[in-house]
Amino acid sequence: MSKKSNRDALAEIQMQVMWNRLISVVEEQAQTLIRTAFGAATREAGDLSAGVFLPDGRMVAQAVTGTPGHVNSMAESVGHFLTEYPARSMQPGDTYVTNDPWKGTGHLNDFTMVTPVFLGAGKRLVALFASTVHVVDIGGLGFGPDGTQVYHEGLFVPILKLVDAGKFSQTVLKIIRANVREPVQVEGDLYALVACNEVGGRRLNAMMAEYRLKDIEALGEFIIARSNAAMLAAVREWPQGTWSTTMTIDGYGSPITLAAKLTISRSGIDIDFSGTSPVVAKGINVPKSYTDAYTSFGVRCIIGANIPNNEGSLSVVRVTAPEGCILNAPFPLAVAARSTVGQMLPDVVFGCLRQARADKVPAEGTSCLWNIRLAGGQGAGAMLKAKRFTVVGFNTGGTGARPAKDGLSVTSFPSGVRNVSLEIMETISPLVFWRKEYRPDSGGAGSARGGLGQVIEIENGDNAPMVLAATFDRIHHPARGADGGKAGSGGRVRLHSGTELNGMGNQVVPAGDRLIVETPGGGGIGDPRERSREAVAQDVKYGLVSGDQARVLYGFKE
Amino acid sequence: MTRTASTARLAVDIGGTFTDVVLQARGQQWTTKVLTTPTAPEVGLLDAMNVILIEAGMTTTELDLLILGTTLATNALIERKGAKTALITTAGFRDIVEIGWEHRFAQYDIFLDKPAPLVPRNLRFGMAERINVSGKVLLPLDEAAVIKLAGDLLHEGIESVAVAFLQSYANPAHERRVRELLTLHAPKLWVTLSSDVCPEVREYERTSTACANAYVQPVMAGYLQRLETKLRDLGVRCPVYLMTSGGALTTMAIGAAEPVRLVESGPAGGAILSRTVAQQCGVDRALSFDMGGTTAKICFIDDYEPQLSRNFEFGRMYRFLKGSGLPIRIPVIEMVEIGAGGGSIARIDSMKRVQVGPDSAGSEPGPACYARGGTHATVTDADCVMGYLDTERFAGGRVKLDAKRAGAAVTSDIAKPLGLDTDLGALAINEIVTENMANAARVHAMELGKTVEKYTLIAFGGAAPLHAARLATKLGISRVIIPLSASVGSALGFLTAPVAFQAVRSWHAVLNALDTQHANALLDEMQQQATDMVRAGAANEPLQTARVAYMRYQGQGHEIPVTLPAGKLAARDAATLTARFAKAYHAMYGRAIPNLGVEIMSWSVTVSTKIKPAKLAQRISKHVAARASASRRVFEATQGKSRDAKIYERAQLVPGSVIKGPALVAEDQTTIVVTADFSLKINSLGYAVLDQHKGKQQ
Repeated sequence: MSKKSNRDALAEIQMQVMWNRLISVVEEQAQTLIRTAFGAATREAGDLSAGVFLPDGRMVAQAVTGTPGHVNSMAESVGHFLTEYPARSMQPGDTYVTNDPWKGTGHLNDFTMVTPVFLGAGKRLVALFASTVHVVDIGGLGFGPDGTQVYHEGLFVPILKLVDAGKFSQTVLKIIRANVREPVQVEGDLYALVACNEVGGRRLNAMMAEYRLKDIEALGEFIIARSNAAMLAAVREWPQGTWSTTMTIDGYGSPITLAAKLTISRSGIDIDFSGTSPVVAKGINVPKSYTDAYTSFGVRCIIGANIPNNEGSLSVVRVTAPEGCILNAPFPLAVAARSTVGQMLPDVVFGCLRQARADKVPAEGTSCLWNIRLAGGQGAGAMLKAKRFTVVGFNTGGTGARPAKDGLSVTSFPSGVRNVSLEIMETISPLVFWRKEYRPDSGGAGSARGGLGQVIEIENGDNAPMVLAATFDRIHHPARGADGGKAGSGGRVRLHSGTELNGMGNQVVPAGDRLIVETPGGGGIGDPRERSREAVAQDVKYGLVSGDQARVLYGFKE
Repeated sequence: MTRTASTARLAVDIGGTFTDVVLQARGQQWTTKVLTTPTAPEVGLLDAMNVILIEAGMTTTELDLLILGTTLATNALIERKGAKTALITTAGFRDIVEIGWEHRFAQYDIFLDKPAPLVPRNLRFGMAERINVSGKVLLPLDEAAVIKLAGDLLHEGIESVAVAFLQSYANPAHERRVRELLTLHAPKLWVTLSSDVCPEVREYERTSTACANAYVQPVMAGYLQRLETKLRDLGVRCPVYLMTSGGALTTMAIGAAEPVRLVESGPAGGAILSRTVAQQCGVDRALSFDMGGTTAKICFIDDYEPQLSRNFEFGRMYRFLKGSGLPIRIPVIEMVEIGAGGGSIARIDSMKRVQVGPDSAGSEPGPACYARGGTHATVTDADCVMGYLDTERFAGGRVKLDAKRAGAAVTSDIAKPLGLDTDLGALAINEIVTENMANAARVHAMELGKTVEKYTLIAFGGAAPLHAARLATKLGISRVIIPLSASVGSALGFLTAPVAFQAVRSWHAVLNALDTQHANALLDEMQQQATDMVRAGAANEPLQTARVAYMRYQGQGHEIPVTLPAGKLAARDAATLTARFAKAYHAMYGRAIPNLGVEIMSWSVTVSTKIKPAKLAQRISKHVAARASASRRVFEATQGKSRDAKIYERAQLVPGSVIKGPALVAEDQTTIVVTADFSLKINSLGYAVLDQHKGKQQ
């Protein structure tokens, strides 16, 4: 690079410093949301997002939070808000809201809010702050895949103005309160969204005052251009070509095939999901925005992982899915549990990328979360007499083996959630846990082994029945191994008394019985017989692999 | 024991590289640094004591007080050099300590590794037993299995055992019974109960804390015992205290029983120094800023009390990311630590952005300018290029800096790829590392609900005086204080720490149905425990008590500490507590939430000796014009160009000396950079006070 003039050089350094600052601003915004939100999904699992946008709707910075489900779905969402409420109509103190699954982040439980930010006390719109949070309840049937239309899944709030020049719409809040099971918590979350956007706005204004900026256009263009160039450069390190793959998962009652064709060209990466199974009558359909999110995330784990999310980096990955396939479910299909299928998409992306460069790509893993949702005291008859509770434990299986590295046991991927303490769950509900430990032999055998799943055993301590709202996959279609590696174990759901339960839908755990959930293991990579003998010996010593499996699959002689 | 100016007090901070010693006696102060002797830290310690006592013309028998801080516990944890340890858990839960939070702390890094637990799976044993959340026994302890295990543990060569059962904070009976059985059947084993070291809800954190304690206990207890014997042999007759992570002193006996509380005592000492400086200078909103070779540490001190917390992670080596270490729940001074120090390495990333740290060149090979084989551009190299450092006097003249190598490294790693002059490349490194620290301070302030602009920066540690003024400008802070002897800050801090103990218990209570009788019984028991612990080291000194409830809205995930009213709790106090909680919540988050129930998860009682009033800074009206000893071309960050800056000797400055920026003040260990927007004045205590010129930002 040729030498810059002193002035250009200082401008370059200042741009870099301001870019850092802008990322810090959205981190502060996200931090505010995490600490004030009520839903366990938000505060324990980081199921939220926060970002700042140019007035034309292009995202310039997003906080790194626990869920990829909002990676670019929230970014797209801001465009929909601007269509409904053009920038010129916005005024200081306004905040707009929606939980439209197709214009937000994929199901009614996710509320997105957009707040315009004006320069100082003036009228000049300089940026939009957006944030998304998962609320604990949105009415309808209650969370789960059992709805057959979005109307069953709860209250639908179209894009509308929630706060008008600083004044909350009591009408909207009243309607929301009347339609959800936990009105105080949901309202608290809505306030948290408004508050975090306000914090973002204040911080941005402070930064603009410090650097004497009138707008952030130049900074935004700088960020977008630099990120775009870096992302393209990362893509160009890969061979060009087109690769296809399919992956079949359990679905709800009948299997679903996810088909993808991935093309790497000089201009970016295109993924086409043509050939994927059609939508189903249950709430596991995926709106396109959510498909985009998990597909881009899958690419970005492998290519350009260190480049921050913004318009420049996200626009390099383009996703298409025919309308009517399960990855582009139109309104008014049921979509509440879209994450089970959506979280499988990184594995599908990996299936394509692995053909281009196997040394960079992991094997398939559990991928979908195995969240255990239990409720008591709701419904009819004996249920109603029992103590009322609803609890969600965030649980995971094993991840796929990585090139020359074992998969991670009992670790979330692609989601980034944290679990909830068992003792905390026992504090807020009558549940008693009897087991939570590794599930030996569940990791797919390989020279690099898949991560292990876990076994969890739970009882209702009040000796009353309770309802399991299941959204589990990879019971019948486990994570496949790669390059001669074996598949991980499929998951399993059953009662202590012996009955096998289904992976999807509401099912009763009778009083006095216990629920036993075994989460899947990740797939292995490479021939297990080539695994280092020390590694096999250690697995046996630690009880992660049984003596039998070591002998049969790994050819291990003590 | 009365701590007046006439008593002789010695503090020793055994760090990773250096052992720092401060002696205060007869109204004078001596300091020294010697190399730490990692294999037998007491050797270096005794050496250093000897050196400084000879210098002061004193003997060990004349000492009135000896305070020790050590990184030994921290090092044993991080370097995995603790005892062979086993873990006993409730059957079915032996993997809790390895499963941890089940998450990935780095969202986009699919190749990440999780921290290995201190106790491997083959040494983790589940015992049939179960106690529920109310403390009721659901399944009795299988005592026969415990007795059998005792034999197996001895056979395995286990030295130390952690016992962590589910809900043991609610009822420790089973854990205590295990200890009885082990004491009977394997009396040589060290035993740590989770209900002793961390009687708090959340099984992963509690188990992890118990494991850490068990893991370091044999090492620490042995070390402390040897040390005590040697000190007595040498004629030390005075009380000997240990510094804890919470910024308080404790006795050798408690230190040996709960060595996990000794982790991170050095940084705590630094924060305590900042508190003392804040008191002396009347700064009720202080931001402590400690920047060394590898990291920078930031801590908020309001009303002369450092922010306390009960969450700490050790071995967080993965880019200092939260969640990449192993948790321990002990009273700690809440700090943010980021990978920003003199040795932090600068590079250009794929977006042509300058990135600094978190990796550090350390002391070997060190920054390029050390000329010891390091070739990467570091923060110290940038400081060198910008003219901030005296190449002859760095680290007291022990390291001669090579400015040419610094320039070459900055040019090739940063300036050339960006098309900048070397000076501007150095400026970019400096601006980015300072911005990183400013961002960490801003986000931390947000987490704590504080407004950083209202704070005064108190800077110490080798690299802090170089960057403090610029950091202050970025944070909107207008005053910086740099105390004397800043390079032995932690040891200095030890001398002003109180003797204290924090007892904690989890007991879930909903405020609108508060069982005050149970609460009072619990608080009394904790008060007794904490008082006993402090009395052991505080003789008849007057004590003070602080009682805190950790509260949240029902269903929320984070608790905030709320001070309890004094005396017995009565039914009407529920309303007081609700109001106090709402106020604290509002202060942190900007709004309280009406109509939502409030619950208490945990309770703590801290008993401590009263802090002795520090010597206050006096107002100085006179201005003494300082004489510069030299001048040097210095690249001025605020103006983006080189200009001549005068250089002053700190040793020659006197109270009242005034210096207008841009200027440099040289000391043996470091340099104070006075940027163009600041003026420096020496106060009555000899501290450098930097004030920003009014109306001049940037």
